Amino acid sequence: MEKYKMHILICGGTGCRASASEAIQNNLQDALKAKGLEEEVQVVMTGCFGFCEKGPIVKILPDNTFYIEVKPEDAEEIIEEHIIKGRKVMRLLYTDPEKKEVVSDSKHMGFYKKQIRIALRNCGFINPENIDEYIATEGYAALGKCLAEMTPQAVIDEIKESGLRGRGGGGFPTGLKWEFASKNEADQKYVVCNADEGDPGAFMDRSILEGDPHSVLEAMAICGYTMGADKGVIYIRAEYPLAIERLKVAIKQAREYGLLGNDIMGSGFNFDVEMRYGAGAFVCGEETALIHSMEGLRGEPTVKPPFPAESGYNGKPTNVNNVETFANIPVIINKGAGWFNKIGTEKSTGTKVFALAGKINNVGLIEVPMGTTLREVIYEIGGGIKDGKKFKAVQTGGPSGGCLTEKHLDTPIDFDNLLAVGSMMGSGGMIVMDEDDCMVSVAKFYLDFTVEESCGKCTPCRVGNKRLYELLDKITEGKGTKEDLDLLRNLSTVIKDTSLCGLGQTSPNPVLSTIENFYDEYIAHVEEHKCPSGQCKALMQYVIDPELCVGCTLCARNCPVDCIAGDRKEAHIIDTAKCIKCGACMEKCKFNAISIQ
Amino acid sequence: MAKVKSLADLKKIKEELHAKMDLREKSNDPEAQVQIKVGMATCGIASGAKEVMEFLIEATAKRGINSIVTQTGCMGYCYAEPTIEVTMPGKEPVVFGDVDLKKADEVIEKYIKQGELVDGIIPVNYKTIDNN
Repeated sequence: MEKYKMHILICGGTGCRASASEAIQNNLQDALKAKGLEEEVQVVMTGCFGFCEKGPIVKILPDNTFYIEVKPEDAEEIIEEHIIKGRKVMRLLYTDPEKKEVVSDSKHMGFYKKQIRIALRNCGFINPENIDEYIATEGYAALGKCLAEMTPQAVIDEIKESGLRGRGGGGFPTGLKWEFASKNEADQKYVVCNADEGDPGAFMDRSILEGDPHSVLEAMAICGYTMGADKGVIYIRAEYPLAIERLKVAIKQAREYGLLGNDIMGSGFNFDVEMRYGAGAFVCGEETALIHSMEGLRGEPTVKPPFPAESGYNGKPTNVNNVETFANIPVIINKGAGWFNKIGTEKSTGTKVFALAGKINNVGLIEVPMGTTLREVIYEIGGGIKDGKKFKAVQTGGPSGGCLTEKHLDTPIDFDNLLAVGSMMGSGGMIVMDEDDCMVSVAKFYLDFTVEESCGKCTPCRVGNKRLYELLDKITEGKGTKEDLDLLRNLSTVIKDTSLCGLGQTSPNPVLSTIENFYDEYIAHVEEHKCPSGQCKALMQYVIDPELCVGCTLCARNCPVDCIAGDRKEAHIIDTAKCIKCGACMEKCKFNAISIQ
Repeated sequence: MAKVKSLADLKKIKEELHAKMDLREKSNDPEAQVQIKVGMATCGIASGAKEVMEFLIEATAKRGINSIVTQTGCMGYCYAEPTIEVTMPGKEPVVFGDVDLKKADEVIEKYIKQGELVDGIIPVNYKTIDNN
């Protein structure tokens, strides 16, 4: 086998590919060929490195150089300077924003220091389309170990002891779930992988499937072995084309190697995996709705019990786990439950992947041990708030979660702590907001999403969420009253209490948590009819400062509705009743005389 | 590729494939490895640095030394090419000059394996700003 002296790894996640990482790969390969180095340097497209803010990422081994924001035209310089002459291309290295020092390798970057990558272990490390690289890094060893050396019950016990809890949001102990499914006798059972990632801003499952699809296949086979299922189905949204493509390649390769199919590794155990595509409905992340959608029925949840473990897909015992949960399984088997349960906190072991987004410097995908505080995540890994603004809130758990504030920053993140402060883990979306964000509008944004995504089965969710949205809309229009706040609270409680599935039970959370934590802001909207952060258009007023205005008439000439009056060389005035708040005057004013109040 | 018929089979394949991924795994923890940099500027290459680098890569692998061999630009000792810089884990880098294949062998056997210094050390008269 050829042995390369150097490896060039290029991020092939959806984000970096959108920024032309394929062209970078081609240019690097062409440049290597031109220099006759293609036998000595290997170019590999990997999964996501996580540091999406600075993508596309190119990493050079063995000296572990981490290049950021690489463009296709940089390829030649990288080969010429770094590969041939051994000089790092300084302008492509990362500069620590605080210390103003150049950091050439990821190990010393603030973004990576606190991370422990278990579920993301192979993302940005192996080529996801090459099963050999997965096998070379312990791949399928866990499945081999289970089949050759462990009984199904021993595997379940190991997972139970590890303390692994479902990473899709619910946090149910995975080992217990497997045990229930294993105890139900049937002629046919199913393992289902829930890849219907629906939270706005969350992309951890997609990244795992794109960067390390084999780890999910391997874990599904292990699960199949414990419960006596020979069929696995991955339910994935059709809007993840790259993940689907890589899964297809992975399934094909695993079949060729005999790691999926009949008599896997001579054990007599059969297991194969197929895929089902969803249309991207949020409610289908709920397991009963997901199963109905797989059966070709409407994606609507049904009452539990019966749990899928008794009667799931096609009425047979079915175990549904989330992508990230599966990605943890092979590591637990290889390294042992005792290794895993020492990471994290007592009741939430291991790590959690978060998608950091919003007004934060280092947007990206991170994996930290449970128990890491929000402060560490936002300031140390995330690099703090963009443009030096003030932190206001962090939204965790997507549309089902809540907004946490300054006072929660030192809360160690785990399943139970987040619930206790009125939010939830969810699938791991984390959206950071700064002083410019209006919390009423944030709540409205999430309600807009839930209204759209409610399946319509339960009236409180179908109609109630719509009413919540309308109330919030009224408040942001400046027409709300104080009574509306009580109504919001009451209605929220009713929706939570009377909805069948997780969608309705949690959809009012963004409303409740923002009222709880940002009551003053709601009051400002309904009593003073003002939006403190200046986001609600209806509550804004453009005002000309007569001190600063020189009467140049530029604003008046640019106003599309002619609502600015004033004589030449005299202070102008805006007729707020006629103003449509387009902002054209403010943009044109050369004397900064126009402001929003 | 043949099918994987047993756990032993899988382990065998893994061993075969391991060499290919070895470099990537080591790169995760460069401080724990013997790091060897070979000066590969024009002067170095003209004096045979390329052959020396090939030799170092193969010889360290064969002799079971965990090492990362990289090339670097001109170190400035053009009178003593090829030059190599060896950093043992937790130690200061040492630069050797006039390293031909014989000397390279000596560096591995004496300095890397036993920690004995050999002739041809060039006192370091510079500091690297980028310390990694």
